[in-house]
Amino acid sequence: MSTTALVLFILIVGMTLVITYWAAKRTKTTSEFYTAGGGLTGWQNGLAIAGDYLSAASFLGIAGAIALFGFDGFFYSIGYLVAYLVVLYIVAEPLRNLGKYTIADMINARFEQKKVRAVAALSTITIVIFYMIAQLVGAGALIQLLLGIDYWLAVLLVGVMMTIYVLFGGMTATSWVQIIKAVLLMVGTVVISFLVLAKFDFNILKMFNDMKALMPLGEEYLNPGVKYTNGIDTLSMMAALVLGTAGLPHILMRFFTVKDAKTARSSVVTATWVVGIFYILTIFLGFGAAAFVGSQDIISANAAGNMAAPLLAQALGGDFLMSFVSAVAFATILAVVAGLVLSGASAFAHDIYGQIIKKGKISEKEQMVAARYASIGVAIFSIILALFAQTLNVAFLVSIAFCVAASANLPVIIYTIYWKKFNTVGAITGILSGLITALVLVAISPSVLNPEPGVAILVGNPIFPLTNPAIISIPAGFLGAFIGTVVSNKRDEKKYAEVMVRANTGVK
Amino acid sequence: MNSIAKDIQAEKKSYDFEKIAESQDFKSLLESKRKFLIPITVFFLVFYFMLPILTSFTTILNRPAIGSITWTWVYAFAQFVMTWILCIIYVKKAGKFDHLAEQIIENEENHGEKL
Repeated sequence: MSTTALVLFILIVGMTLVITYWAAKRTKTTSEFYTAGGGLTGWQNGLAIAGDYLSAASFLGIAGAIALFGFDGFFYSIGYLVAYLVVLYIVAEPLRNLGKYTIADMINARFEQKKVRAVAALSTITIVIFYMIAQLVGAGALIQLLLGIDYWLAVLLVGVMMTIYVLFGGMTATSWVQIIKAVLLMVGTVVISFLVLAKFDFNILKMFNDMKALMPLGEEYLNPGVKYTNGIDTLSMMAALVLGTAGLPHILMRFFTVKDAKTARSSVVTATWVVGIFYILTIFLGFGAAAFVGSQDIISANAAGNMAAPLLAQALGGDFLMSFVSAVAFATILAVVAGLVLSGASAFAHDIYGQIIKKGKISEKEQMVAARYASIGVAIFSIILALFAQTLNVAFLVSIAFCVAASANLPVIIYTIYWKKFNTVGAITGILSGLITALVLVAISPSVLNPEPGVAILVGNPIFPLTNPAIISIPAGFLGAFIGTVVSNKRDEKKYAEVMVRANTGVK
Repeated sequence: MNSIAKDIQAEKKSYDFEKIAESQDFKSLLESKRKFLIPITVFFLVFYFMLPILTSFTTILNRPAIGSITWTWVYAFAQFVMTWILCIIYVKKAGKFDHLAEQIIENEENHGEKL
């Protein structure tokens, strides 16, 4: 590794530690730990949402996918962005008005039932684990490439950093790490995109013409269908992307860091602008990498294309830009995993320990201790899993997380807010049917079972034909909740009146 | 009971949620929210899913629109524009809903004092 890269890495680590030290002094209560005391402004939280959302899978993964597969790679960008309309129009404001720290809090605003809280916490933990392993495995592989250190050491490095941020600085440190990362990522992406555009004489038409002439795939490169040949599978993936975001615990948790629904709304708007501009720029990252690095070099550095963006930076701006982009990628990973630790810890310490085991009879001090122990627990558990999961495909793990979020969480969130007859039985059957359908179908899908040894996790014929089960499991979540509600036929309309008023007016 | 639970209970006493939920003002707020949210949500989901449907089962978007840029890219870009425009529209509209909600709560609070 070059000296420049080392200096930039140390700068980022140093800067985030200073923030953590500063945040630690502001993290005395549980509310400060989980939600930064609800004191973030709209633009701060908007940038933090962008920082929480744009994972290494977005930055490195999409750039690589567009470089290798052309338009098909861009499908991700579209899905990840339009998802914010679902968040804004359906979920953000009622969630802010009803919840406190977790998704389970919001569902329990209507159903004061331990069982409901338990299954909601279970689906949160499942999503966090899959997402976390994906990020850590990706981080390990990436840092191994960038710094030339062993995989286990790379995972440990990221693991220790994320634990320090969360343990001492809670949500305040996590938010500011995410904000800084979002700014760095945007600067890096804009600079590279500018350099790519300059190569094409700032002419988009010329860029498309040149790409068609340059790529071995020719015209095909600019058309869909290079990677995704099964239409139903493509639709299923697109459904998971657009509906999954509104059920991701670490993203939804960010809405509790602002004081009211109005600020929650303005943070989604800021996030949508930042995230949208970023995803537009992924075209330049992808095309640039394809044109100036070449598919062969991209694939030989990493078969999944994850090194496309750093290699492009090197081709355009030499060692310095490459080091900068690598450091940004490192910051990107840190910001996302810190948010994940926090949402996992909140499900364990707040939902399971505080509300279910202790039945809410827990002192402020005990809550803080529980939150910190849970953070360490979640961090250690995910580091251990990541060490054994090195060979798993990162995109596959992320897609499971999105699929479970869309199938188990979103239906119940929507019914809780909008359906008068919805009841506790429906909430439990909804979460469980979405969760179980998604996991079982993935387990028997081509991603897990492949007749050729070494291609997937197990050898055998896939029983379920689609790689992404969302098209079945999302309806299963909605249907499960519906059937549970209708069959049990219990109602609490008085409670629904309260939920409606609180969700729509913001009174407590 | 911890302090949070006490807070919630103290606050709960100050509002009669059922009465607010039954009030004409609240009902019309929900009605106008519904009229705004449902059609737009249906629209953007249909617009969104039409892209993978068209690209997976037809080739009509593969025709060039401007130079080598095909209609697929134009449609994809339109999704970005749609997202930003619907964001702006939402914020404008939500400001009006805020105002209505505040009025409902104010009415309720004033009414409570008179009694």
